[in-house]
Amino acid sequence: MNRRTFFRISAAATGGFLIAMYFDFPTSAQEAAPKIYPPDAFVHIKPNGEVVIMVNRVEVGQGTSTALPMILAEELDADWSKVIAEIAPAADVYRDPVVGMQMLGGSISIANSYQQYRELGARTRAMLIAAAADRWHVTPEQCRTANSVAYGPAGQKASYAELAEDATRRPIPEKVRLKDPSEFRLIGKPMRRLDGRAKSNGSQQFGIDLDFPGMKIALLARPPVFFGRVRRFDDSEARKIAGVADVFEIPLAKGKGSAVAVVADRFWAAKQARDRLIIDWDLSGVEHADTIELRKRFNELARTTGRIAATRGDAKAMEGIATDNRIVAEYDFPYLAHAPMEPLNITLRYDGDRAEAWTTSQVPDTQRQAMAEVLGLPADRVTYHIGFAGGAFGRRGTLDEHLEREVAAIARRMRGVPIKLIWTREDDVQGGYYRPMVAHRVEVGVGDDGMPSSWRHVVVGQGIVLGTPFESFYAKDGIEALLIEGTADTRYAIPNFHVSVHHPAVNVPVLSWRSVGYSHNTFVVETLIEELALRANVDPIAYRLKLLDPSAKRQRAVLTLLNEKSGWRNALPPNHACGIALSEYHETASACAADVSIEDGRPRIHRVSVTVACGLAVNPMTIENQFQGGLAFGVTQLMAKGAITLKDGRVEQRNLDGYTPPYIKDAPVAVDVHIVPSAEPPTAIGECPVPLIAPAVVNALARLTGKHYRSLPLVEL
Amino acid sequence: MSVTTIHLLTHLLVNGERKTLTVDPSTPLLWVLREDLKLTGTKYGCGIGACGACTVHLDGVGTRSCLVPVSLVGDRKIVTIEGMAHDPIGRVVQNAWVDNDVVQCGYCQSGQVMSVVALLKSNRKPTDKNIEESMGGNLCRCGTYVRIREAIRSAAEKLA
Repeated sequence: MNRRTFFRISAAATGGFLIAMYFDFPTSAQEAAPKIYPPDAFVHIKPNGEVVIMVNRVEVGQGTSTALPMILAEELDADWSKVIAEIAPAADVYRDPVVGMQMLGGSISIANSYQQYRELGARTRAMLIAAAADRWHVTPEQCRTANSVAYGPAGQKASYAELAEDATRRPIPEKVRLKDPSEFRLIGKPMRRLDGRAKSNGSQQFGIDLDFPGMKIALLARPPVFFGRVRRFDDSEARKIAGVADVFEIPLAKGKGSAVAVVADRFWAAKQARDRLIIDWDLSGVEHADTIELRKRFNELARTTGRIAATRGDAKAMEGIATDNRIVAEYDFPYLAHAPMEPLNITLRYDGDRAEAWTTSQVPDTQRQAMAEVLGLPADRVTYHIGFAGGAFGRRGTLDEHLEREVAAIARRMRGVPIKLIWTREDDVQGGYYRPMVAHRVEVGVGDDGMPSSWRHVVVGQGIVLGTPFESFYAKDGIEALLIEGTADTRYAIPNFHVSVHHPAVNVPVLSWRSVGYSHNTFVVETLIEELALRANVDPIAYRLKLLDPSAKRQRAVLTLLNEKSGWRNALPPNHACGIALSEYHETASACAADVSIEDGRPRIHRVSVTVACGLAVNPMTIENQFQGGLAFGVTQLMAKGAITLKDGRVEQRNLDGYTPPYIKDAPVAVDVHIVPSAEPPTAIGECPVPLIAPAVVNALARLTGKHYRSLPLVEL
Repeated sequence: MSVTTIHLLTHLLVNGERKTLTVDPSTPLLWVLREDLKLTGTKYGCGIGACGACTVHLDGVGTRSCLVPVSLVGDRKIVTIEGMAHDPIGRVVQNAWVDNDVVQCGYCQSGQVMSVVALLKSNRKPTDKNIEESMGGNLCRCGTYVRIREAIRSAAEKLA
């Protein structure tokens, strides 16, 4: 996630001008000086030959707990059948080498840790060889390794397990030779996940499965309107439920009101007790957000120019274009809940002078710090275990650390008792931290050649990071990159181009949602481009290739490959149509063609061909998996009940019956994934497919019905 | 303080073993499995039968354990994901899951496997339509549906 290259519209190619935007990382990460990571913090070779490899970020399904061990095991020449992945706890050594903090987000894992894990593997191997060479009185150069065994020149042989203890006493070599890609036996090969078995037989432990002697379950009764406060509460009925240990008020994240915590020995007791609470809420002075009102306000704002995020060419070029050659398009996007399958939870035991937490944090540094702050402890007195999460999609990367603050406030009162705080699904659906609601207004001027000559674009939406510790990463001068990515940095070479932004404040907590700003920006850009292609009567792939900046090599490559792989689109059955979409997520480009019909009034996605240019494909099986799954995740945006709405401050959906993500029949039936071969360093994967599917499907629907779909969710076709 | 909840002695037959425990009879079977019997492979996802993560078999029928109060289970045989290791069809399905690299986060997969096994026990040659109907209530947020379809087809072939 090198955000420095985030806004890299080629000024030279378009003859335009771009307001410089840079996103500075915290000072600790400023220097990209090569750091030598201690192998013993990452690799543990056990006497039985098992090789335990520490993974420096949480596993939420994205597959890095397989890919990072693959990379290290490759250079180590470890026996892959004996490799075990373990998620590392919070510690400085496990910080992302580029970002400078421990994190899962922005699909950075492989891009940023590829070199790091290769070097770790190579250094560990060099230390093992040094031990073997000394034992055999030969030089290291005379030794070779394969499958966790070192071999000497005269047929000597020693397993890594035998050499491990001796190797740990060797100095860590500064310079190591890395393999030539032609020597790879793991990297680039489709490898099954290390956690596939445990996740198929129910033995994989998730945070919610933790069980400690004396542990208690905590639930929160949260304010019915965001930021509301408890005025008083009556817990007399709640306390009659057997197993209830305590009921008390806690503050929520800074400035976000308060809640009543119920602590009991069982989930069901806590739930029943919570249902019996009588709470008098103080909702005075709290904005009662309302979707209909917000939409009106956002749409009005979208008709005015906001803070300028990108501009090139002639800002007034539109005035010279005849009305018939102008398209004015207004788009609405709702709040979206992440709804990871594993509801939010966190476990903490506070012992007065120290604490131990079990979490699935996406950003453990700030989350641990916040927890320590509430407990009144220095962060290093909080042992912070990180494990496997049942999905995240951004939801476990809270920037106000609300979950950590909540559990800390509860555990602090329940000293010595392990507390597992669970958000029920109702809490999750109604509890905020959504993908922001967004409005776009675009005016496109079409030239005589059928290509867009002018593009004026206004984006309206709440900032996600404004006012959080992450503001300096993603925002500058009050403009948040996360809201305009996919538009402001488009690689389509539109000569007169203008993007501005409004960030209205709304008291609905928002958060990054897998693919963040691309989830709506790509939809807007790709539906308009398809409309322009249709208007110009040009093949949509050819049209995009014509419009793309010549330097957009990866975009060109995925479209060219897609054209090859989607020959089926020229022989569609009756009442089917194909829609195309192209997306970039950070360095990775991808494109798809979707075969769609309408069944029972809903889009039926029969087939999707998708192409991706992501540099070196470390684990092609994971990439295929992520693209298949990510397209399905992206269908969330198209679901009839794919929206969180508010009326008079209250969220109208309660559970998955009101906010309904895609089931098997809603998702693409078949997805074929094609990777553009490359030896360039690996780039993002996990979030890349998400923005593609909604515009591709809608583009197909537009061909079937002749309608433009600019308001999501798709309630009616 | 007076306590209104009544706990009752309850007998359950879980994965072939008899269990006796004292619980609040209104407790959904899901939470008895997870918290009292420590069978955490069965997952809580929504509590309203909308996601399928808590699917178990009651006398062989795929059932949402979050909707069944433990007092209504009676003498029906409960089989959970942990019991699949001893089930010939369960083993084939789990192997197909691993071979097809189905899982991502994995949280919903116990429920997916339980639904597939229930399907294949009654229909060894499911059509695509049968698959969609039987799996229609099992949500997967990672969107592993394409591979779920492939794994079901390969398991059905193995069982043929």
